[in-house]
Amino acid sequence: MRTFLFLAIVVLSGTGGDIAATHAMKQIGEVKNFAPRALLGVLRRVLQSGWMWLAIALMALAFFSLLALLSWAEVSFVVPATAANYIVGAFGAKLLLKERVSKTRWAGMLLVTVGVALVCAAR
Amino acid sequence: MTSSRNLLAKTIPLLILVPLFSSLGNVMLGKGMRGMGEIGHLSVSALAVYSLKTLSSVWIWLGVGSLLLFFVSYLLILSWADYSYVQPVTATGYVLAPLLAHLLLGEVVPGARWVGAAFIFLGVALVGRTPPSTTRRG
Repeated sequence: MRTFLFLAIVVLSGTGGDIAATHAMKQIGEVKNFAPRALLGVLRRVLQSGWMWLAIALMALAFFSLLALLSWAEVSFVVPATAANYIVGAFGAKLLLKERVSKTRWAGMLLVTVGVALVCAAR
Repeated sequence: MTSSRNLLAKTIPLLILVPLFSSLGNVMLGKGMRGMGEIGHLSVSALAVYSLKTLSSVWIWLGVGSLLLFFVSYLLILSWADYSYVQPVTATGYVLAPLLAHLLLGEVVPGARWVGAAFIFLGVALVGRTPPSTTRRG
């Protein structure tokens, strides 16, 4: 039970962090100029974004929950199970970021999820 | 048309750099930490010595640098591309790792891992057929 609770925290906070970071970057706007000076300007706006700090906090929560989980659960179970990130991420992108996830994209996502779980579980 | 071609021209290099920097970073951190040996006993002074040793490792700094470059490339690509596009496509790192381990380190890769890599490859090919951005204007 505790294992599944922590796994849920790892997956939800990890994808939540990615989604908050994506939202922050969409607010900052498409980066078109890759000159060092322009990139420093983008970095300044990234550090000023509340969404980005939320993203960093959620990613840190995911990281430390994963460390805690690994202190009692088997790596061979935990790491393949985090492939659920891909499915949760797709739902989050559709519902929160309003991305259009087409059938082709869903199909690709499911193949990637199965593939990542297999790669991580194989020994 | 030009706009979508421009989009792909900057999306594709970053889609290669993101998994590359992240796997390189992890491999270098792993190499650095293995060179450290295990922490003996958990006292403040032992931890302080261990931290100093960690910070003096070139591999640790290279690993951290590589992970920073990963994060910057990841944020750059998310400034225009969909998260539901970038996340599955950058799973190519999982294909890259067993391939590099096999080719460079001569590791024996179990069959199921190659099957998994094939699933990822097909999945990435499918997601790659969809437009990188569905929310972009202009």
